[in-house]
Amino acid sequence: MNTAIKTLNISKSYPGVQANSNVSVQIQESTIHAIVGENGAGKSTLMKILYGMTKPDEGEIEIFDQNASMSSPKDAINFGIGMVHQHFMLAKNLTVLENVILGIDRPSFKNLGLKKYKKLIEEVMSLYSLDIDLDMFVEELSVGEKQRVEIIKVLFRGAKILILDEPTAVLVPQEVKELFNNLNNLKQNGVTIIFISHKLDEVIEIADDISVMRGGKLIDTVKNENVSKTEVAEMMIGKSLPIPPPRSTETKQNKILDLKNITSKTVDGRKFFTDVSFNVFGSEILGIAGVEGNGQKEVIESIIGIDNIESGEIYFNGEKINDKTTRERLDSGISFIPEDRQLQAMIMDMNLTNNVIIGRQNIKKYKSKFATVKTKNAINESENIISLFDVKTPGTNTLATALSGGNQQKFVVGRELEDDPSLLIASQPTRGIDIGAQALIWEKLRESRDNGLGVLLISADLEELIGLSDRIVVFYQGSLVTELSSDNVSPEDLGGYMTGLKK
Amino acid sequence: MKLRLRIASFSAPIIALSIAFGLSSLILLFIGKDPIETFRIMFEYGIKGKSIVSIINRSIPLYISAIAVAVGFKMGLFNIGVEGQYLVASLIAAFIGSQFSIITPIHILFIIIIAIACSAMWAAIAGYLKVKKGIHEVISTIMLNYIGTGLIAYGLTNVFDEAGSDYELPRTPELPESGQMPALNNLFRLDDLQDLHGFLFVAIAAGIFYYWLVWKTTLGFDLRITGANPVAAKFSGINPNRLIIVAMVTSGGFAGLVGLGPLLGYFHRFTIDFPTGLGFAGIAVALLGRNHPFGMGIGALLFAFLERSSQILDLNDVPKEIERMLQAFILLIVVVFYEIIRRFIVKQQVKDASKKVET
Repeated sequence: MNTAIKTLNISKSYPGVQANSNVSVQIQESTIHAIVGENGAGKSTLMKILYGMTKPDEGEIEIFDQNASMSSPKDAINFGIGMVHQHFMLAKNLTVLENVILGIDRPSFKNLGLKKYKKLIEEVMSLYSLDIDLDMFVEELSVGEKQRVEIIKVLFRGAKILILDEPTAVLVPQEVKELFNNLNNLKQNGVTIIFISHKLDEVIEIADDISVMRGGKLIDTVKNENVSKTEVAEMMIGKSLPIPPPRSTETKQNKILDLKNITSKTVDGRKFFTDVSFNVFGSEILGIAGVEGNGQKEVIESIIGIDNIESGEIYFNGEKINDKTTRERLDSGISFIPEDRQLQAMIMDMNLTNNVIIGRQNIKKYKSKFATVKTKNAINESENIISLFDVKTPGTNTLATALSGGNQQKFVVGRELEDDPSLLIASQPTRGIDIGAQALIWEKLRESRDNGLGVLLISADLEELIGLSDRIVVFYQGSLVTELSSDNVSPEDLGGYMTGLKK
Repeated sequence: MKLRLRIASFSAPIIALSIAFGLSSLILLFIGKDPIETFRIMFEYGIKGKSIVSIINRSIPLYISAIAVAVGFKMGLFNIGVEGQYLVASLIAAFIGSQFSIITPIHILFIIIIAIACSAMWAAIAGYLKVKKGIHEVISTIMLNYIGTGLIAYGLTNVFDEAGSDYELPRTPELPESGQMPALNNLFRLDDLQDLHGFLFVAIAAGIFYYWLVWKTTLGFDLRITGANPVAAKFSGINPNRLIIVAMVTSGGFAGLVGLGPLLGYFHRFTIDFPTGLGFAGIAVALLGRNHPFGMGIGALLFAFLERSSQILDLNDVPKEIERMLQAFILLIVVVFYEIIRRFIVKQQVKDASKKVET
């Protein structure tokens, strides 16, 4: 069997993050090769490198034994690599046929030659046994069919290696089955498939080889028949537990947050979560475990009021807050560390003094009785955070974008912990930052918890989750499947619940 | 920000101006005119006393129009409809103001309030359409400009036309003496010159109010962070729909003042030759002044200066369209240089921050 892709010691770093370090992987021709790992493990960076979207800092790539240095997706296509993105890149007001040939010719005044192309595309379709009506408009297609259009699109451009980025994330189970049939057909016809996923069931079902990534490193590549799902999960999650700062107080009895049977609105025929109930007590860190896309993100957005729920009740400090606006909820003492600090938590083009006010525009500290901003207090507070949280910056007047990821995150955490909130929702509080910043954030979270703060912690880092939490609830397919005490739970147990293996 | 970065940020307009004059000189040379002589004549004419009064009068509506546009720009909202807003407001304010007479300050205040209210309501339509129907404000404000123009043409001839006048063209009745804004000539001892519009003070007040609103109030803070990062703004508890309406109404409110300088200071009635195009010119001035009250003031004065001083060119056998070209060059180049300087400043700050980490 030939090698389709071989990478040698690929490394790539972004400011403050080592996204890939020394990744060497071999992908055999005509196989389905799964690449698995938690969010932030480096899968997407590796794929972007293989598809020519970013250049590695170091390392080499060989495609069909040819040294390949790619600087754009166009180069990748010339090497026979095609990519099907998680979010489809289709023009919905064009037909399938038009979408497939979109961008193939240089713009000119020539006749499009739709008939000629239709014949050629039909040949490709019959070769790989893919079926679709070429004259349908894309907006009339189901999600699975749209995905098939994407696959035909790249095959028609001569791709011999197909990268599928989380292809099942958007599909319903029947469509997944159909996709897998198609993929097996493709494999038999000599196409190599790279399948990126964190859904272990599917990986075990479809893949020939499995490569596991964690923390930017390639842990191992194994043959599917030689491993069990649990073993893969263990490789994904890792085993060694970090040393959490010790707890110094007991959990209190007051319910800070109390969710009663909340169910999300229905979007595109799906509900993000159904019938979720849990509560957070004072001096408690409640961890939420779950593979991304199982409803936990939507639950927290409902708690702060970004999304509205269809049914159920949300109580905060004993008061029902269903009908309150996000602003009212934040003002009443809910703090929120969103998962994407650059997109959701900070304004990168503004200085730290302005960034400290974000989310708190309405509180007395920053709003005078003439509705003006109290800049002085903002400067003082940001100076305070800079020293308390060891934020490395020339001063409060520095733009947020000038700081490294870890320093940005420390600043955000500092901002959300000021003024004694009663509830903190922390989503991925230490994702993609250096160890020093991580340790400091852990320490501060634990300290605030000991002083009475209720924390809702969402993290893909199971070690962090187990180390910090008092209790852990697990989300799977939009439901809360179990509640565990963190004292006697292992990452493997959690992984089992998260992937639906244990119930 | 450090001093050298401040200097850097001021350099953009100066560089843009120099390049724009350079390019225009080349074109003048190409058509066989002496650029140095041309600019000299323009400058000489532009700094005459009469010209200066005219320049200030022209810059008043330009400046206010720029402020109206800038309010929207600050939150990433493109109010292209200042044009329609101020014209509709001027017509209605001119008509209602001509129907009664009270003491001057109250009369003028009343006209101002009517203009602001009409214009704000006209702008609110675009805000409503965006929030409720998802129609982009650029489309709706442009359409509202056309509708406004049509309504003005109809209203002026059929509803607000001066009754019993034998004047051939449609026009509203003249504002009574009490509704006319006194000129400032006595104040500044400009006896032998034409009227300096009293609305100058309103324009300055509008600039100060705009600065206070956008940079000092929490509403302004919300506007600015929504413009810079709408996602983070939403997570910080801002209701984007409410803010769109507020911004549109505020922008429209400022727009209502645009036509009042000429109306109260010179025309004293709405006629078919009432100045148009100020709404679009305001977009250019807002870009040039980077939405800053001071920068827009300079921009308005500069554009007014170019417009006025170019009037002399025809007499000297130089096409005065050179002025339009100059304006366009300045705008294009300044936009490019603002971006270059912005990147430079960010780069410097990143450097400073990483130095700090190393130490």
